[in-house]
Amino acid sequence: MKRARANIASKCASFSPSQTRAKKKKITEGPPASSHYPAQDWGNLPHHVVLHIFQYLSLVDRARASSVCRRWNDVFHIPELWRRFEFELNQPATSYLRSTHPDLIQQIIKRHAQHLQYVSFKVDSCTESAEAACDILSQLVNCTIKTLGLISTARPSFMDVSQSHFVSALTVVFVNSKSLSSIKIDDTPVDDPSLKVLVANNSDTLKLLKMSSCPHVSPAGILCVADQCHGLRELALNYHLLSDDLLLALSSEKHVHLEHLRIDVVSENPGQQFHTIRTSSWRALIRHSPRVSVVMYFFLYEEEFEPFFCDETPVTHLYFGRAVSKEMLGRVGLNCPRLVELVVCANGLEPLDEELIRIAERCKGLTAIGLGECEVTCSGFMEFVRMCGGRLSQLSIMEEVLIPDNTYSMEQIPSEVSKHLGRIWFPDMMPTW
Amino acid sequence: MVVNSVHWFRKGLRLHDNPALQEALNGADTVRCVYILDPWFAGATNVGVNRWRFLLESLEDLDTSLKKLNSRLFVVRGQPADVFPRLFKEWNVTRLTFEYDSEPYSKDRDGAIVKIAQEFGVETIVRHSHTLYSPERVVEMNGGGPPLTFKRFQALVSRLELPKKPVATITPEQMAGSRSHIADNHDERYSVPSLEELGFRNPPQGTSVWKGGETEALERLNKHLDRKAWVANFERPRIKAHSLFASSTGLSPYLCFGCLSCRVFYHHLRELYMKLRRRSSPPLSLFGQLLWREFFYTAATNNPNFDRMEGNPICVQIPWDNNRQALTKWAEGRTGFPWIDAIMTQLRQEGWIHHLARHAVACFLTRGDLWISWESGMRVFEELLLDSDWSVNAGSWMWLSCSAFFQQFFHCYCPVGFGRRIDPSGDYIRTYLPQLKDYPNRYIYEPWNAPEAVQKAARCVVGVDYPKPMINHAESSRLNIERMKQVYQQLSHYRGLSLLASVPTIQEEAEPLLSDDSQASSSASADTHELCGVCALSSGPLLPWDMERSCDCVAPAPVTSPPQLHPQTPAAESLCLCPEQAGTGQGPAPQPE
Repeated sequence: MKRARANIASKCASFSPSQTRAKKKKITEGPPASSHYPAQDWGNLPHHVVLHIFQYLSLVDRARASSVCRRWNDVFHIPELWRRFEFELNQPATSYLRSTHPDLIQQIIKRHAQHLQYVSFKVDSCTESAEAACDILSQLVNCTIKTLGLISTARPSFMDVSQSHFVSALTVVFVNSKSLSSIKIDDTPVDDPSLKVLVANNSDTLKLLKMSSCPHVSPAGILCVADQCHGLRELALNYHLLSDDLLLALSSEKHVHLEHLRIDVVSENPGQQFHTIRTSSWRALIRHSPRVSVVMYFFLYEEEFEPFFCDETPVTHLYFGRAVSKEMLGRVGLNCPRLVELVVCANGLEPLDEELIRIAERCKGLTAIGLGECEVTCSGFMEFVRMCGGRLSQLSIMEEVLIPDNTYSMEQIPSEVSKHLGRIWFPDMMPTW
Repeated sequence: MVVNSVHWFRKGLRLHDNPALQEALNGADTVRCVYILDPWFAGATNVGVNRWRFLLESLEDLDTSLKKLNSRLFVVRGQPADVFPRLFKEWNVTRLTFEYDSEPYSKDRDGAIVKIAQEFGVETIVRHSHTLYSPERVVEMNGGGPPLTFKRFQALVSRLELPKKPVATITPEQMAGSRSHIADNHDERYSVPSLEELGFRNPPQGTSVWKGGETEALERLNKHLDRKAWVANFERPRIKAHSLFASSTGLSPYLCFGCLSCRVFYHHLRELYMKLRRRSSPPLSLFGQLLWREFFYTAATNNPNFDRMEGNPICVQIPWDNNRQALTKWAEGRTGFPWIDAIMTQLRQEGWIHHLARHAVACFLTRGDLWISWESGMRVFEELLLDSDWSVNAGSWMWLSCSAFFQQFFHCYCPVGFGRRIDPSGDYIRTYLPQLKDYPNRYIYEPWNAPEAVQKAARCVVGVDYPKPMINHAESSRLNIERMKQVYQQLSHYRGLSLLASVPTIQEEAEPLLSDDSQASSSASADTHELCGVCALSSGPLLPWDMERSCDCVAPAPVTSPPQLHPQTPAAESLCLCPEQAGTGQGPAPQPE
């Protein structure tokens, strides 16, 4: 907070703390004989100017400034300044961060609840923090919230709250705010019945729903949302909720074009079997929403990849968080023609040369790639870069995984790559220490 | 006039390339070499027994070498500020010399001693020899602020003249000119203390893997260069299974304590290269490890908060979890991941681990798995790691936790796969975790997946004889990638204000020349992205951000960046990246109060 203040002070010099203090003094003690800033200039600043300045200030600074004079105090309570609020709930034992003061929370609930439109809750890893968030949620009765975000900053602590407590708090918002459009409730115990409440109250307005890793939601529960909320444009969920029916529902005539679909594929236990999605369902989705981005995050063991990418898959962004086999990357090259971005955190012991070259050849829209612990020979890498050329706006590879060979040494790589990209490029480095 | 010199050893525990010691000898009538330590304090500091042992061995070695020159080392018990006034009077000191130390804490300490010396009319001579380049000089060349990427640092030092040649080793003739008075009770008053005297009840017996001292350091240097000459390959060696074990040519602890001069190492390496490569001048990459050390020394020199998150202008504020239990499991090698536990065991037993092993455990503790603050990890390394220079240790931890220096966070080291790729047979694990030695290769990195029969046959049942994994890596890396994105997405708001010009590595690194263009280019890119905080990411180097960018742009009111009255309003009070850093890319140094 101190930092934020320093920041502002440097941005608008006229508000450096010393002058603020000087001005305060003048107001309380009356103008001194020769003042550069007569007191009435500050007090008479037009509303909109004070408002404008307040928008640059942190809440604490606004609160302090509001005690300067009546007019500034009036501005402090203007609804515009209370549309957006982020509740931070942390326990000293589990977090290094400070919390929103309880008095302020009470004041907001009493005085500004009806102004809130964009509300988020940030909680640390402690269950009490998540419970405190639920308590606040259940008091947001006279509200017209449009955006609601529940964010765990460390571990998913909402999952530790009793399901009934969480669901009843969440449904208070669903029922009372009739024009919810964006909801981000990843890693929470939201369930099918609460989604039904959401649909019953907000089906006309809902545009965004992010609910990755919500284990109490079933495929039927999410299908009900897709069936009813025809304005839904963005959806984030886990793979086990993705079904052919869901893709078809999102592709119905009544439905707006889907713009973003994020799918997390996480294995709960090794050797888990994953279902497949029919090519026809994917095709229906792309026919209806030709520009949709399909983002897939994989956190699987190598042997669990079997059902994926056997047929054409319209994925645009692919993130492999764990080791993935050469074979799988080969399939990606064959069956992912819409691919735009690819991140591979690790692969086995063999260099990835042919797979990368195939991807360069077949994925014509690829503009970004990041490779972690993936060995590639310098020649293979150069060939990949040559084929992609300037369209690679992001190219990230760790220095230590490039294998020098007869054609290229490590020293030549940066300048050669830079030539093909048309900009200066270096591999990523890690400290040798 | 009589000149009575005292040379104060701190780091720089050597007689070769010691310019400050040379100054002490220069025309002096008497010279005394002093090391000050407070045995009552030793047990209380956060320094483990291996580091103390290394220090004491280094001091013994110094004393032995000085004896050969008819002199001795004076190990004085106490605190410098108390000790020096006493010594100045007792020995009638007229000149005090010591090696320059660029670290903020040391600068304060030394400033106070210089002041005391002035009060006593003692001349002080300070010489630079712990780093190749002067950190102040590099900072000055960079416009007053430390370079925040390694590329930038390399560009700066490549414009500097070569590091100074080392000065000659102290000779018996020099010493003969300036005697030191050795009292009969010298051993009683000034001998090198034992570990027991420092309060270590049961110090480990036997010879240490890393023996402290200049003599050992110079032997290792010769072996190191011989091997390089023999292999005639100057590329960075690719990591193999045996790289994980302590090597008889390893030098890092010796550089840290100054038993080996970095300038000697630098120039020997350079000459060898030119001899073998027909006089072609060596690339910077030849000096990789030395330059990283310089880089962190430079980044830290004006930043007293370099070793913490709060109040540290170059450190991204990350909402780490505070979890003492988990931290202890990590520090004591009880995570249930053999790769991690073996590394932590080696660190505790021997005081050194390979740099990729450091990456593995640092990533695991912070952004990879446990989401615990890098500061806690840094403190454990400070206790256990022989080569943990304050600057290098803190800097590396910030680097590896993605808290500063702005690198990729998309990739986390896997606590199973990473080790297996380096050492498929798991010999390293079998050495440090003997309870797992009978596991088949297939399960040695993930014993919890071994069938019960296999566990029983290996006489090590997971959950009984060896801990179960403390965390599901797949799940935690999924969560942590999201956490990291949250943190960096918030920063993008600052970028919208063109404050965070230095976040994207690529922009800074892509800049070939040291000009003001970087400033212009970064603010220009910031302008184009003002519309939406999250869009700003599209020009950044961090891929996972990009994956989400379309979503947050199309959403009318996305949670992460709701339409605000004013789009530039910083998003969160809690997340504060310091304006100094933000404002400048590579501009003026944050001048901490």
